[in-house]
Parts: sequence; structure tokens; C-alpha cells
Amino acid sequence: MSDWYREFANSGLGTTITKNLGLPRPAVLRRYEPGQPLLPGPVVVGSAGEGRLRKIATGLLEDAGVTVVSPVAADGGSDGEKFGAVVLDATGLTGPADLASAHDFLSPAIKRLRASGRVVVLADPPAEATSPAQAAARQALDGLVRSIGKELLNGSTANLVYVPFGAEGSLGSPLRFFLSGRSAYVDGQVVTLSASELPGGEEHDRPLAGKVAVVTGAARGIGAAIARVMARDGAHVVAVDVPAAGQSLAEVANEINGTAFQLDITSDDAPTRLVEHLRERHGGVDVVVHNAGITRDKLLVNMDAARWNSVLAVNLQAQLDITAALLAADGVLKPDARVVCVSSQSGIAGNRGQTNYSASKAGIIGMVRSWAPEFAERGATINAVAPGFIVTEMTAKMPFGTREVGSRINSLQQGGLPVDVAETIAWLSQPGSGGVNGQVVRVCGQSMLGA
Amino acid sequence: MAAQTRQAAIVGGNRIPFARSNSAYSRASNQDMLTATLDGLVARFGLQDQQVGEVVAGAVLKHSRDFNLTRESVLGSRLSAATPAYDVQQACGTGLEAAILVANKIALGQIESGIAGGVDTTSDAPLAVNEDLRRVLISLNSAKTLPQRLKALAGIRPGQLVPEIPRNAEPRTGLAMGDHAAITAKEWEIGREEQDELTVRSHHNLAAAYDRGFFDDLVTPYLGLSRDQNLRPDSSLEKLAKLKPVFGQGEGATMTAANSTPLTDGASAVLLASDEWAAEHGLPVLAHLVDAQTAAVDYVHGGEGLLMAPAYAMPVMLARNGLTLQDFDFYEIHEAFASTVLSTMKAWEDPAFCKEKLGLDAPLGSIDRAKLNVNGSSLAAGHPFAATGGRIVASLAKQLHEAGPGKRGLISICAAGGQGVVAILES
Repeated sequence: MSDWYREFANSGLGTTITKNLGLPRPAVLRRYEPGQPLLPGPVVVGSAGEGRLRKIATGLLEDAGVTVVSPVAADGGSDGEKFGAVVLDATGLTGPADLASAHDFLSPAIKRLRASGRVVVLADPPAEATSPAQAAARQALDGLVRSIGKELLNGSTANLVYVPFGAEGSLGSPLRFFLSGRSAYVDGQVVTLSASELPGGEEHDRPLAGKVAVVTGAARGIGAAIARVMARDGAHVVAVDVPAAGQSLAEVANEINGTAFQLDITSDDAPTRLVEHLRERHGGVDVVVHNAGITRDKLLVNMDAARWNSVLAVNLQAQLDITAALLAADGVLKPDARVVCVSSQSGIAGNRGQTNYSASKAGIIGMVRSWAPEFAERGATINAVAPGFIVTEMTAKMPFGTREVGSRINSLQQGGLPVDVAETIAWLSQPGSGGVNGQVVRVCGQSMLGA
Repeated sequence: MAAQTRQAAIVGGNRIPFARSNSAYSRASNQDMLTATLDGLVARFGLQDQQVGEVVAGAVLKHSRDFNLTRESVLGSRLSAATPAYDVQQACGTGLEAAILVANKIALGQIESGIAGGVDTTSDAPLAVNEDLRRVLISLNSAKTLPQRLKALAGIRPGQLVPEIPRNAEPRTGLAMGDHAAITAKEWEIGREEQDELTVRSHHNLAAAYDRGFFDDLVTPYLGLSRDQNLRPDSSLEKLAKLKPVFGQGEGATMTAANSTPLTDGASAVLLASDEWAAEHGLPVLAHLVDAQTAAVDYVHGGEGLLMAPAYAMPVMLARNGLTLQDFDFYEIHEAFASTVLSTMKAWEDPAFCKEKLGLDAPLGSIDRAKLNVNGSSLAAGHPFAATGGRIVASLAKQLHEAGPGKRGLISICAAGGQGVVAILES
């Protein structure tokens, strides 16, 4: 399942050939490992207009042990040090004319970005603008950041975080995520924060310490990767999968010192059994990851009811039923719970032969957005993660051409790994991510599909 | 030494689906299966790297290299390597006897937790070197000079290549267990149809239990099997009636391949603990092991049936606990053969047997069939000898827990050598 083309393109001869022929040059992405510094180099922080976040962001970065340099140095010629990241505070924008200062800051800074560098733009949400001109300027950043993502080379990414007035305290966790190796395959994304009360004193290396996390579909593939990352971050993982997958489920659970819970999530009593299990064995649950999903592909005109119904039952109805049961059960879902639902690029862009799957995955997005206000009232969050082309046993079985094209049509020119999806889910599960609610984060390397 | 004893709690269990002989598990050894079963238990209850008080298990058919089978399985599992273990063997009573041994140590306060189990394979069976050849090889090994060695080697004959194959037969009578059971069935006049009815009910009950998810937290799939391979959900009296008898002789032969258990491979394990240990670990208490009793009969010269020992153990245990045979909500009578279950129940109903053999004033009486083997038993699941006890203890404990507090269950298991083990569980 290794990316043969990426390895070739990064070899001695391969570098020469791909450069001369103008072929795609997928980079080896910087991925998170425990103990790793947040960034491999200093970060340059600048602002467009009189921003209110520059100081906060600088403080957060310095707390994380990152050297912060000012944009003056960025203009100081090409002999300077390369940057690990570029952060722009654009909360001072009043109209399109202010965007010129964004250009003035970003252009020279990005020129000096290292491989697997990060561009993060912080702004106010367009919907909260006081004038059409201000809204236009804020919305303009959306196009700007997505275009930067497409221009960046060497595994670098660009993402936009909208920070409403009053939500400044929520910035830490998203800022660290987008700068770190945890977001290796998250590119061209826009996340809107909300105000939240966050606990202090989080361990950045083990942000989920002491938490109980349920992961469905944990026996293999992306689900097993999620379970491993959750455990690495300190959570006790209750690994759930259908009874028939029990052998590999037990192996995953034993590998990560978690527990295996065999359950067909579509059975009538599944929500009750899961709730009772969590109550009896763990006194409740902090994190729920709805990952279990199936595909039963056929063109709509040839699709029988069984294919349609089974996909909708597993991928969507079970998530609804289990979440509803957890919300209804007294004291089982912890007040600051995190629920993360796995959607899909197919749910955003659609996919030929996957009407059932795409419908179920789009439905998840509707569900998450609808539930977000109720979760916010509890101090909890519910979000969706939409993976793009992720290299798994399933994609390994695709025909060569389909697989190669599918994995290259994104800004990072490669498929993602299960761990990339897992890192994003683990980030949304952190106590510090309380200001990220009702969001859909794509893990797709800025795929061209549905963008 | 503890001043008072306490009842051991049954926390839960795990087993792998039972496979028919020379099929799905034909390449798996006893140690492979027992290790996988322990690891499934570890995964279910989060016991990774933990030291439980003791692991007790055994196998009936055992290779000589498996002299330390349970300890070796523990070392290969995710349990702490500092977990002590020992092997036991009481034929088909092994699994239940292991649970009793663990429970007794917990009751005495000598351990706080323990795992009882059993495993058997009839596929990866131990073949021994021919007895004559073995003697030649021993002489060769002890020979000191070349002439002595040559003399020893000269004792080798082609016929000695035929290995010793373990047989499912009683050493003292030479009869297969099924032949013994057929004798008992004839004595107690057990008919073909009632045996087939019991068999069909076993299959239907086991299938229904799987369908309602009863085994979701009792079984972990293994090597591609997620349900017992012997299970026939569509089993019917009509289908069973077509089979020819395989045990017993002549017109009166009633025992077929269906109403006798097939040779099977599999393993099971049960987690037992003190109530305190379970609470500390956030684990449930499904039931307690209240009491147990063994008995043996002289089937060689004494005129009693090979598999009738549980009939003798039962009144002793009931009297000690001030209970009657009817004071139970669920009964688990191991279905070595359908006829064994029926003979045993008939004996308990028989005034003459109860008076003359058991020394009782009145018969123990009958059992409500609706409470018997409600989640299927060995005829449907199969019977990997030493693994059956663990299967029954864990399933019955869960059944009692589901029924609510204060429910009682009775276990009766017959074993080779004319032995029997019975036990009481209570939720």
C-alpha cells in the first residue's frame, strides 16, 4: 500500500525526471509523532489592519515553544531563516482595500516557507460583518486561502479559521492543530469557531488522558487507526465492531490496552446495550466516534432495496439512534462530551455508483449541524470529518488507473493515510476543542472533488 | 487463612466458536486456541498486562510437549507474565472443575481473581510412537557401546511405524463412550424420538441465542468462524429421523450422529473474582458460584452406567444447600448424548433408583423442560471436551444475570471414567 510514485518522485533519478517533465511531485508529509515540536521552524505572524488576534496567537505560539518572528524580518531579504509557518491575523479588515496588506504580508512570507509548512489565516466570520464591504473582504479570504493551498508545494497546507468576537479563547486547539503534523492531509479547509468554556491545564502530548472514547468500526482500516491514535493521546478506547469482526477487534483492543465490545450497531437494542455497557463499565463516556460504515455500490437504476437500506441503516440511522440514546440516558454522555461523525467526500461531491453511500454521508452533515446547538448548551460538541482519498485495504483493491487518478487529484498530489483521518478526529475530541462545533472538516489534501 | 469464606463471582467469559473436527481449526494447536481465548477475555475485560490470581485450565487430549499448557498459553497472551497457572484434567469435567478450583481459592481469600478454562482439539491430536518402537528407542538411548546400539537398532520392525492413536474409548472396557451411553439408554428405555426432540431443541435454542445477540459478549470469532460450526438452525425431527444409528446394536439402537455430540475443537475461559475485585475494576458480577460436588460410579464392575455419576452427585449437593431439584430457574445438563440427559432426568424421577442407589426416601422429581439448556448445549454447539464447562458456566451466569437477582441455575456434567461434576450458580 506504499505510494510507489511518491517514493520514485523523491528518489535521486525520480527528482530529475519529474522536475524536467513537469510531473506531479508529491512530498513526504510531516506527520505527528509524540514529543515532536509543534513546528520544525519559526513562525512569522502578521496582520492585515488592526487585528485583535495577533497578540493572542503570538502568546499561544510562544507557549507552545515556537519562535515567533515579526513580518519586518520577512521583508529582510532572502538570506534569512525559512519559516515553519505563516499566520495572518485578518480580523482588522474593514473592506477590500485592506486586503492589499494581506497580500503584502503573505507574498514574501510564503516564499520562505519550508517543506510541509503551514499557512493559517485567522478572520472574523463574514456573516457577522457590519457592512457589505467588510463581509466581502472577509469572504475574499476564503478564495485567497483555497488558492494558496493549490499553489503551495512540498506538502505545505493553507487553512482558514473564522473566529467570531468572543470566541478568542477557543483559538488555541485549532491553531495548534493546523500548524502541527496532526493536520498533514487537511488542506484548504475553513473552520468557524464558537465561544466556549474550556478547561485549563491540558497535556498537549496526552490531551485525552483519563477520557473514555467509543470508536465504532474499530476492527480494521480507518477505525483501527482512530482507536490507536485515541489511545496514544491517552484515552481508554472502547472498540466496537460487529461480532463477526471480533477476532481483529480483540487484537486492536489488546494492542492499545482498550476493551472490545462486539455489537451490531443496527440491531434494535444496540443503543440500549451500548449505553448500559458504558454506564456499567466506565461510568459514562467522553468521546464517541461514529466511524462504522459500509459500501454497497451499484448505479441507482440497478440498486435493489437491500443495498440501499443496509447502507442507510449502518451509516446514518445507527449514528442517529445511538447519539439520541446517549443524549437521553441520564449522566452517560459527559457534559463536555465530544461526538465525531465520519462523513465522506462522497457526501459532499457525490460519487457515481454510490447514491446510497453519498446520501448517508451527506445526511451525517445535516445531522451534525442540526444537533450542534443542543450539544453547545451542554458544553459538548458534535462535528463531522469527511475523508477524501484515503489509502486502505479497500482502495488497494481498486483498478490501478482509478486508484492513481483518485489519489493524485488533490493539492498534495497523494492519497491520505488512515492516521490522517484519525488525527483530525482525535483533535476534535480534545477537551480544548470545545470551540469547534457543528463543523465539517475534510481530510482530503484539498481534493478537487466537491471543493 | 480467612476466618470466613465468601462466594466467588463470575464476571464473564469468552470462548471461540467450536469447530467440527478436521475443519476450520485443523491447524490450530491446543495452545493456539487457549491463548486466543485468553486474549479475547483480556480484550473484553481490559486485562492487558494485569496479573490475575491464577489461571487454571486443561485439555483432555494433550501432547506430551504441552506439559505446561496453561502457563505457556498465559505467557503467549496479553496477561501479565507474572500470572501463575496450572493444568487440570478431569475428562469432560475439566472446565467446570477448573472453575470450582478457582472459585474455592477465591472463597478462601487466597486469590482475588482467576481465570478457569479448557481447550481440546481432536484434529491436532497427539499421535504417539508405537509402543514397541518406543521401547527400542529408549534402549537405543541408554546404549553405551556401538554393539549395544546396533543390537537395539536390530529390534526395529516395519510394523512399529503404526502410531498409537488416541481413542475415544474407556481403557478398562474398550468400549467407546457412545457404546456405554447406548447401554444406559437401553436400560432406561430412552426412545429415539425423545432423543431427536432434545437434539432439535438444542439446535433451535442455540440458533435463537445467537440471533438475539446473546453470545456477542461470550464468543470471539476465530480463524474465520463466528458461530459454532456444528449448529444447524434448520434442524428438524424429519431430517434427524432419516439418520442411521451409530451406537448400540440391532433393533433397539437409537443413538445417531445427530443426537450424539460430534468430535469438536475449541476453547473457553471464565473470569472469576471476589465481589471487591470486580467492583474495583468496574466489572459486573453476573452470578456467584454457590456450591459444587463431584461423584464417581463403578461402571466396570458395579453395574452402573458410565455417564450416570452426576445423578449421584446431585442429591448430595442439594441436601447440603437445603434445596430441591425444582428450586432452580435454569438447568444446564451437558448433552454428551441426548440419551444421557434423558437417562439422568429419568433416574431422578425414578423412586426405585432414588431409593436403592441414592438412598433417598423420595425421588428428586422432574425438571421443567422449558428451563433446560435454554441457550442450546453440546449437541448443537459441539463438545471440545475440556472447553464445555467454561462454555456452560459463562452462558448460565449471563442467563441468570439477565433474569435478575436471586435466580438459581444448576449445572450437571458427566465425564469419562464414570465421573460427574455438578454445581449451583446464583445471580
